[in-house]
Amino acid sequence: MAQAPAAVTATKPVLSVRNLEAWYGESHILHGIDFDVNAGEVVTLLGRNGAGKTTTLKSIMGIIGKRTGSIGFGGKEIIRASSDRIARMGIAFCPEERGIFASLDVRENLMLPPVVKQSGGLTLDQIFDLFPNLKERLKSQGTKLSGGEQQMLAIARILRTGATFLMLDEPTEGLAPVIIQQIGHTIARLKKEGFTILLVEQNFRFAATVADRYYIVEHGKIIDGFANSELQANMDKLHTYLGV
Amino acid sequence: MTALTDDTLPSTPRAMRDEMIVFAVMAVLLASVPFTGIYPFFVMQALCFALLACAFNLLIGYGGLLSFGHAMFLGTAGYCSAHALRAWGLPPELGVLVGTGASFVLAVVTGVVAIRRQGIYFAMITLALSQLLYFVYVQVPFTHGEDGIQGVPQGYLFGIFDLSNATMLYYFVLASFLFGFLVIFRAINSPFGEVLKAVRENEQRAISLGYKTDQYKLLAYILSGTLAGLAGAMKVLVAQNASLSDVEVSMSGLIVLMTLVGGLGTIFGPVVGAFVITAMQQYLAGFGQWVTVIQGAIFVACVLLFRRGVIGEIAHLLKRSL
Amino acid sequence: MQALYAQLLVGLINGSFYALLSLGLAVIFGMLNIINFAHGALYMMGAFCAYFLLSLTGLGYWWALIVAPIVVGIFGMILERTMLKWLTGLDHLYGLLLTFGIALIIQGVFQNYFGSSGLPYSIPDQLRGGMNLGFMFLPIYRGWVVIFSLVVCLATWFLIEKTRLGAYLRAATENPTLVRAFGINVPRMITLTYGLGVGLAALAGVLSAPINQVRPLMGADLIIVVFAVVVIGGMGSIMGSIITGFALGVIEGLTKYFYPEASNTVVFVFMVLVLLVKPTGLTGRAA
Repeated sequence: MAQAPAAVTATKPVLSVRNLEAWYGESHILHGIDFDVNAGEVVTLLGRNGAGKTTTLKSIMGIIGKRTGSIGFGGKEIIRASSDRIARMGIAFCPEERGIFASLDVRENLMLPPVVKQSGGLTLDQIFDLFPNLKERLKSQGTKLSGGEQQMLAIARILRTGATFLMLDEPTEGLAPVIIQQIGHTIARLKKEGFTILLVEQNFRFAATVADRYYIVEHGKIIDGFANSELQANMDKLHTYLGV
Repeated sequence: MTALTDDTLPSTPRAMRDEMIVFAVMAVLLASVPFTGIYPFFVMQALCFALLACAFNLLIGYGGLLSFGHAMFLGTAGYCSAHALRAWGLPPELGVLVGTGASFVLAVVTGVVAIRRQGIYFAMITLALSQLLYFVYVQVPFTHGEDGIQGVPQGYLFGIFDLSNATMLYYFVLASFLFGFLVIFRAINSPFGEVLKAVRENEQRAISLGYKTDQYKLLAYILSGTLAGLAGAMKVLVAQNASLSDVEVSMSGLIVLMTLVGGLGTIFGPVVGAFVITAMQQYLAGFGQWVTVIQGAIFVACVLLFRRGVIGEIAHLLKRSL
Repeated sequence: MQALYAQLLVGLINGSFYALLSLGLAVIFGMLNIINFAHGALYMMGAFCAYFLLSLTGLGYWWALIVAPIVVGIFGMILERTMLKWLTGLDHLYGLLLTFGIALIIQGVFQNYFGSSGLPYSIPDQLRGGMNLGFMFLPIYRGWVVIFSLVVCLATWFLIEKTRLGAYLRAATENPTLVRAFGINVPRMITLTYGLGVGLAALAGVLSAPINQVRPLMGADLIIVVFAVVVIGGMGSIMGSIITGFALGVIEGLTKYFYPEASNTVVFVFMVLVLLVKPTGLTGRAA
């Protein structure tokens, strides 16, 4: 099992995935994923299209129908749990397609996810602090927002829930550099606030600005991993893996 | 999303050989009925429904379109044939032609309207069209409303064969059934049939490959409706009457039930289903409205537990195409 | 002239039922992807529930308005939990077939016990009599049916379009997987939504009981017209279903006055016309 040297902590990892296999119908996508995420870290899954990164996130969230193996979160086994139970344990998912509801306005989209932890999520004011442009667009229909604004909204709404473990699937895909920078700042701020973030990204230059550790996913397995400090040393490997 | 007939195996030469063998066995068995003690009237009725169910199955099993209004073809052909035979005194072969022709026209007219939507909407539209026709037939004089057209003469086929003789009539009905069945069989195992299956599997892809899918669906609908009309014309010859019950929603439901029980999308399923349900109707005739309850229960049981139907399950077990 | 207004009123009443039923159908279809063929049978059960409530417990119309939708709604939710749930992921058409079978069972059972003739249910005392409006005589009960149905339809519209609960419903209709991943118990929502749709049908049944007789097949022909209404309106919007329902009722009423022979078929003819011109229905988006 590839191990990325973790930050030195005495505590157990927040998320512990062992031998995760997953199927989309007949297709066997994940062939045994193993990795850990520690509290307060930003961990990035890198890999080519179709490697199984999104499937991994979806498996953790309980959205994939058939999965085997072990997923430990906060000390509990969640491999068999339904997605609403997983959400209520404090994991939040921001999908690649963002999932902004067209039949809801921005405010309704924002308020949709219920608060899952007593400590509560960010208040609306705190959210508008992070994402000021959302405040002006509250009455707009959800999908009338630009790509960047929709991404902000998708991140904003899961911050309301009180979930402390966030999974973001390709948050910068298709966005202008200026917006990408904004998202980077947002993630950095969230990290400072103590959120744990599992990121899937193809744009590793962006990932490099926020990640603590990386895992490389290929053909449904984790084949390598390294810390941010080792990024420069592993550039050649990255070029091979990602084909860039 | 699991489509209604995902299990249909591809046509291979071996599959076709299997099917032809079963067809031959079926034809021989049916041809020998007059020599057994079995009541020919019952078998004739079942054969008419069998053709009807096969025609319906062509549309749903291969075209992916569930018609909830097939009774309109049965009824239209029935009324027109009955009128032609009784009021115009036409010989049976022309009477049947008139009925089938009327069904053809109806299929063209309703098809153009119904094909515009698919899936669930198509089912609702065909249901509504059938109901529309029902109300028309209630009022139009030539149908004699509640009484229906009674005393339809069976006449002499081609001037020679006396159809009031049960055995003669039986072979005429059997011949028509086998003819209709072979037409459907040929259609399924032709390039047309392959395109139809492709459209059912993934219409978008078929369109992107350049096929005018609407035309194929319409053609299948017209073929289905016309053959259903043939069955309707036959039924009138057998029963010697045409009535409103042939155009009711419950009749359409019965056709769906027969095909569901026998196996949607299988070749021989509708035949088996027709015989089973016709027998059941006879057996339960004295039970009043419990027949409806039992029909409903069979629907529910089939959808929840027995989706492949009798022939479908057998075919699945034997890994053959039936 | 009186006759025209009288027919218009009948049209509005029928329109109320079309609106209530197509609204329920649309809501159920949105969430469950099932066209609930049993809707007509459940409407009938609502009327029977009112009848039984009166004959067995002496509780009258006003009680029935509340109790019948709840009782039939619960029955519907049991149906959903035990049978419809098994259809998730399957082709829509199985839902049609299953609910058709359920309709046959329900109607068959009632027919066995009550035959085909109608049972009487009288107009509640408070709503008897009529008012002379000058241009026509308005039976109070009939006026009540139209107004109450309108209020219920608008209330349902408001619930779905303007409230937080409605936001959950709209979101789950669009993307149930994601809504569930936010921590919302979507399966329970689906059951409750089916119950809501069924409750609306049962309510229509109660409203209908004093006007039409309480018969086992009272919903069987009605449901087919409602299907046509749904095809005409498209299921794209709640308000669209409501307006189309009332409008078609009125059109039917007018037809009954000017050309009675066609009154049974005018809705279907209208459906054909709409299909030729705008196949996705008046408010629908492409399916």
